[in-house]
Amino acid sequence: MKLTLKALLKSPWVFHLSTGSCNNCDIEILDCLTPRFDIERFGMLLAPSIKHADVLLVTGSCNRKSAIRLKRLYEQAPKPCLVVAIGECSLSRGMFIHSYNCPLPLDKIIPVDAYIPGCPPKPEAILAGALKLIQKIKGNL
Amino acid sequence: MPKSVIPIGPYHPLQEEPEFFTLTVDGETVVDIDVQVGYNHRGIEKLSERRTFDQSTFVIERICGICSTSHPFAYTRAVEDIIPVEVPERAKYIRTIIAEGERIHSHLLWLGLAGHFLGYNTLYMWVWKLREEILDVMEILSGNRNNYAMFKPGGVRRDIKSEDIPLVIKKIDSIVPTLDRLKKAILDDPVLHARLKGIGILTREDAIDYGALGPTSRASGVAKDVRKDAPYGAYDKVEWDMIVTETGDVFEKVIVRVLEVYESIKIMKTCLLNLPEGEIDLNIKDIPPGEGIGSAEAPRGETFHYVRSDGTNRPARHKVRAPTFMNLPTFKVTVIGETISDATIILAAIDPCYCCTERMAVRNTKGKKIYHGQDLIRLSQEKTEHIKRKMGIK
Ligand code: SF4
Repeated sequence: MKLTLKALLKSPWVFHLSTGSCNNCDIEILDCLTPRFDIERFGMLLAPSIKHADVLLVTGSCNRKSAIRLKRLYEQAPKPCLVVAIGECSLSRGMFIHSYNCPLPLDKIIPVDAYIPGCPPKPEAILAGALKLIQKIKGNL
Repeated sequence: MPKSVIPIGPYHPLQEEPEFFTLTVDGETVVDIDVQVGYNHRGIEKLSERRTFDQSTFVIERICGICSTSHPFAYTRAVEDIIPVEVPERAKYIRTIIAEGERIHSHLLWLGLAGHFLGYNTLYMWVWKLREEILDVMEILSGNRNNYAMFKPGGVRRDIKSEDIPLVIKKIDSIVPTLDRLKKAILDDPVLHARLKGIGILTREDAIDYGALGPTSRASGVAKDVRKDAPYGAYDKVEWDMIVTETGDVFEKVIVRVLEVYESIKIMKTCLLNLPEGEIDLNIKDIPPGEGIGSAEAPRGETFHYVRSDGTNRPARHKVRAPTFMNLPTFKVTVIGETISDATIILAAIDPCYCCTERMAVRNTKGKKIYHGQDLIRLSQEKTEHIKRKMGIK
């Protein structure tokens, strides 16, 4: 494993990006930070800027306006940067697949490392997804 | 002194949702504000026209994750208005229970975020922990933490089991002591008073002029609430008070929301205890041609839906007007003249929800012609015709 990737796994800082979601996924992400789920015990923290983040959490069904910005944000992120798609919207656009404003699913725009399905995924699912991602990179899965 | 422009967003750590504010400042004071939205537009109205009346409720639910009851509530009322029918009593009560549960969780969510904006992260954590209890209640009642999928035109999809009711009431009661403590903490905190009192004032006149809705208007002394003005669901069968305060500053908006949580708890409990027996669904099969309107009091104000049916099984037109659409322009009076450091909490004070608001895209073409896909195809075909004619080919 590359040293940069190994260093990242101890305490991955996440940046959350909503590309046109219904807010639920975003709220469930915030929920993960609050006392009942407390994702901080795994060293995960919400980073204020993508330039400080190791993981990019994407929610929502990338619409035309945000897809450009999503690409730009991803380019700005220091690599290695892991991308996690949260919620049905960012996985496949879910209900919005026929929308005129959501042309592409997320993984056709930027590379995605993990998918967490659900509409919205429960905080438990987000926790499990995040841990699985770490395990996978460590090579344990 | 030259004015400077501060851009906030569209992806800003302070906001969950993408939106773009341009604050023009003169020194510390905000002199102008502009909001740009559209990062969340998903074409829901059009999507709803592709689906049957019954299926549409699921898309409508996903307009906004926080108001995932108010939108279907208004939509189903609009559809029922076309026929017109009255839903069964039990369904009305169940709808009310779910709607109030949503109001509690939405107000608590806002309270937590407001605490976070002010640097009171303890408040944020406390309130969100409390909010989990109400989400548990919703999970017991509907099977989901959010996006409850309870509504359908003509009734509700899922009944409330009588054996769940005691547990639910116990859970709701259990949040009251913590809420009392929170209320006291907010009311007694001198720092919060100093920070929130007298900023972002929306006067009564402005609230009326701008057509502000929900807690934003009620904090300014405008007693406006669809639940009281044109009662729907079971709101006319329960005792509850509308919370109205006077001055319209941010502090009052906090107070209105906190006190509304108590009212919601009251409504929810009364409805659960007096749940009438009977059907929960009318099993509506056909929707005749016609138009219908429906409104519901969302946590942020009145949500309004318009549905037109042409006799098929899909809506011919569906229009959504969310409360934030009316509340957003009040920024023009509340933010201007305040300092930048206060701007964030004032912007947050109306509890804006941008994914609700982004219903349409207005394009100012300024006289330029814009070609759509169909136009281009037509132009191309015309050109072929033209060439054919020139070459003398029929
Ligand atoms: S996946 Fe569902 S909950 Fe998440 S943003 Fe999309 S519609 Fe909302």
